[in-house]
Amino acid sequence: MQHTARLSDENLRRIEELKKRYPHPQAVVLEALWMWQGEHGWISEDGMRYIAQLLGIPDHHVFGVVSFYTMFNRKPVGKHKIEVCTNVSCMLRNSERILRHIEERLNIKAGETTPDQRFTLVEAECLGSCGTAPVMQIGDRYYQNLDPESVDAVLKELP
Amino acid sequence: MESLLLPQIPDVHRIDIYEAHGGYAMLRAALSKTPDEVTAEVKRSNLRGRGGACFPTGLKWTFMPKDSSKPKYLCINGDESEPGTFKDREIFERNPHLLIEGAVIACYAMGVTTAYLYVRGEYKYWIDLVQKAVDDAYARGYIGTNILGSGFSTDVYIHRGAGAYICGEESALMNSLEGQRGYPRVKPPFPAQNGLWGCPTTINNVETIANVPIILRLGAEAYAKIGAPKHPGPILVGVSGHVNKPGVYEMPTGVPLVDIINIYAGGVPGNKPIKAVIPGGSSTMILRGDALEGVCMDAESLKAAGSSVGTAGLIVMDVDTDLVKVLQRITRFYRHESCGQCTPCREGTGWMEKILTRFCNDDATQADLELLLDVADNIEGNTICALGDAAAWPVQSMIKRFPEEFEKHIQEPAAT
Repeated sequence: MQHTARLSDENLRRIEELKKRYPHPQAVVLEALWMWQGEHGWISEDGMRYIAQLLGIPDHHVFGVVSFYTMFNRKPVGKHKIEVCTNVSCMLRNSERILRHIEERLNIKAGETTPDQRFTLVEAECLGSCGTAPVMQIGDRYYQNLDPESVDAVLKELP
Repeated sequence: MESLLLPQIPDVHRIDIYEAHGGYAMLRAALSKTPDEVTAEVKRSNLRGRGGACFPTGLKWTFMPKDSSKPKYLCINGDESEPGTFKDREIFERNPHLLIEGAVIACYAMGVTTAYLYVRGEYKYWIDLVQKAVDDAYARGYIGTNILGSGFSTDVYIHRGAGAYICGEESALMNSLEGQRGYPRVKPPFPAQNGLWGCPTTINNVETIANVPIILRLGAEAYAKIGAPKHPGPILVGVSGHVNKPGVYEMPTGVPLVDIINIYAGGVPGNKPIKAVIPGGSSTMILRGDALEGVCMDAESLKAAGSSVGTAGLIVMDVDTDLVKVLQRITRFYRHESCGQCTPCREGTGWMEKILTRFCNDDATQADLELLLDVADNIEGNTICALGDAAAWPVQSMIKRFPEEFEKHIQEPAAT
């Protein structure tokens, strides 16, 4: 089957390297999905089929994996996905205020994307950063010990 | 106590600094012993797993078959997703070579030729830090083929998760590593017989493995004398919530919780009284703030107090905290993270969340309280893995120890 989108040659080479680490290529599926999401921003059904073919595993297997893990985007998200932890340690340090503040600034609710596709805002489960609560993650980066002022500074600096 | 897991040595995350302070000397020492001698040393130290179950590490290692026609694996659990837990991250950031040295020693002791370090997907920044350390360790011959000329070879690979609390459960972790949905497996068979790809596998927590070089350096007997006798060693305690100085603190096991809160973490803001603490991550049973006297951060003391040490993630709540709101949030977490395999957990967590939401909205009745406890009681012990128990325990312990918190939210019966 032909695919309109694919992984870069560099990532395809990397996948061949990673396959050597495991007795079965299926073990590379998370990493391959990370690569796909890194290149395309989200994981389409076409992307899932492509990765299934690449690793020689059934399509439904990749679908099942993607739908199990919360970090894989199954639909397009904004350029910056803002994930605000609201679990107990952050909640005790007023993460609610942080979430509401971002909602007001971006004029969207948690779970939504701004019309210009710049920001997606979501509530996150515990990010493992309870000592520096409240915390949010944008892309691979953690922003810690937040208050409304520092949130504003972060939002302003994002490209 | 001298800091052993997170020593105050500037830049010890760098391999040259780590080596200059005796790093990898214990790997060299281990390779000059027999694997059984290394395992025996870990066994004598009485090290117990730091991932929550407190299982004796040396004993776990002896479950691995000595003669196996199949490859043997070590999984190091760095999924660290239990709310209130943020300690392994400190090891990744501040002392990754201690973890790597421990991993290679563990591999040697068990005859493992491939170790996987499974790290939660959100920790990308820390994964990159540890990957750099792993690359440096390969370059210096501490990992790879014929390590330090011993003839022993092993690989250490980092495997990134993608956001699923359940993958911290050891059998779900193995399924995730194999590239499947992170569903826990039915036990038995146990991982030492039938783990990754059906091969003998041991799963140890990051902090557990980081303790191994320390045991060899101090000697098992000296290590066993640190802290609480039945649960010895240094431990990383993460303190969060209503304290002035939240963070991860290294201490011997057995420190009183009140000292952890007041001395290490600087006390409660405004000197407010403590209403409650969750001692070891969100799954552990909640304790009353007025009943903390004499309760210490070790397995035996917390068991006697009606809770458990878990991951030593201590969450402190002051007198103004609405505990029902806290419980609703915790329960919502377990509903979200239930993998859905077992009906009591899949349905029960959602049911409990709905009831607790009624409490939060002051829309609950006395019958709701009984129903809530009944649902929790029917989840506990009736699921494949411990997530069901983890969801039930906070609910059961909160109802038992803080009935007044629920009463506040129960609707007055309408006057007739």
